[in-house]
Amino acid sequence: MSKDNLLVSLENAGIYKSPKWLIRGVSLEVKNGQIVTLIGPNGSGKTTTAKMVLNILEPDEGSLKRYTNKIAYVPQKINIDWTMPLRVVDFMRLTNNLSNNEIIESLNQTGVEKLFKEQIHGLSGGEFQRVLLARAIAKKPELLVLDEPVQGVDFNGEIDLYNIIKNISANLNCGILLVSHDLHFVMSATDHVVCLNGHICCSGKPSSVIKDKAYIELFGEHRSKTLTYYQHDHDHTHASDGSVSS
Amino acid sequence: MLDDFFTRALVAGIGIAIITGPLGCLVIWRRLSYFGDTLAHSALLGVTLAYAFSLNIAFSVFVISAVIALLLLNLQKRTRLAGDSLLGLLAHSTLAIGLVLMGFLSSIRFDIMGLLFGDILAVTLQDIALVWIGGFIIIGILYFIWKSLFSATVNYDLALAEGMKPNIYNMIFTLLLAGVIALSIKMIGTLLITGLLIIPAAASRNVTHNPTQMVFVAILIGILSVTIGLFTSLELNTSSGPSIIVIAIILFIISLIPLELRGKLQK
Repeated sequence: MSKDNLLVSLENAGIYKSPKWLIRGVSLEVKNGQIVTLIGPNGSGKTTTAKMVLNILEPDEGSLKRYTNKIAYVPQKINIDWTMPLRVVDFMRLTNNLSNNEIIESLNQTGVEKLFKEQIHGLSGGEFQRVLLARAIAKKPELLVLDEPVQGVDFNGEIDLYNIIKNISANLNCGILLVSHDLHFVMSATDHVVCLNGHICCSGKPSSVIKDKAYIELFGEHRSKTLTYYQHDHDHTHASDGSVSS
Repeated sequence: MLDDFFTRALVAGIGIAIITGPLGCLVIWRRLSYFGDTLAHSALLGVTLAYAFSLNIAFSVFVISAVIALLLLNLQKRTRLAGDSLLGLLAHSTLAIGLVLMGFLSSIRFDIMGLLFGDILAVTLQDIALVWIGGFIIIGILYFIWKSLFSATVNYDLALAEGMKPNIYNMIFTLLLAGVIALSIKMIGTLLITGLLIIPAAASRNVTHNPTQMVFVAILIGILSVTIGLFTSLELNTSSGPSIIVIAIILFIISLIPLELRGKLQK
């Protein structure tokens, strides 16, 4: 791939928070049309790394180079206080001026167009994740950073959302940096895996990472294998409300 | 018509209500009630300095509030004390310094009650001009930075990541807050300004469903509080600030009714 496709790169970057390094020595690149995933146990520095890429945290060592400003972000956690009355449509326009049609189109992609006028506070965890994703897509970003975008979503919804994420990278030709726990999706649908535990344990194509000793040590032999070979058999699909659509 | 002190107070008061509406909404969304209170406490120091060096009161209060706001940001970086402790520290130390300085200026007679609770008799034509021109500037700036400020209010990291530059706009917001306190100190008094920021916005939240609506209804409730409050003050010969706040709190209680009814209906 040529250098032109490069959206963002971290070089040997680290964040120090007294008394220790949260993460150190991270080098990674995200290019157009590529899905790069960060995996690793809790506290391994996945979110910290994502925040460095987004320039929310400035690296204490190493450097960040960014070649795009069209960035969308789905944070791991958003709390919207009751004191702020906020409908889904207001939330969709948070950092962007969008027409109603554009908003409905995006909500449609994540299967929640019915929620257009609903209050954010009334949404379930799964619905809220879908709205978060729709908001990020609506910006038509070149770089999309997703921090555990399927948390709180039920099992089939998860598959649904991961399919949507796969499609986004193809349709918008954007680069995606994904923080995920779902080893199955990571291994089957992403281009590059970075396995973190305070530093980079191993990284590369999924097929090579699953054979890596460091990876097997981190996730355990059993889990790393079963999940990799797991295939979900489903002869129909579900809409977001649970109804069977085909 | 503006010769009449009451009309002057009304015109100034309505101007203030229009500014405190949107700023008050931001204050409660951002959980900054005590920050507003701290700025208001420090206003007393500003007033004392204004008398000591014969400066314009609003100007002096604005400068002191802005300095306190910057000091707070600085302290937050240096110590690990919780935000509310720092606010208490600043609020009471500036209040105390203000009162001590006031003791030195024994040659000047202070209307302490007026400073604390507002005085409608004191509103001059110059004050009206100050409120409306200052208010126009504050609302104008707010209009231009609203989108960035609002997105940072919903989620700071998200706004930062998506290029909304929330750090700069937060700073500007703080200055605007200092500005509104400076403009309203004469009418409402230092002790009660935060009330006019928070109560109409809180009442508005009870009856609205989106942010824009909440801002406009907050302005409306603010105007109602000021108008009815001033009439009450005139009729019953009470201080203007407390009268306005009492009306505001009555309106807040009324705003709870639709919320209660909806709750009952759902049961």
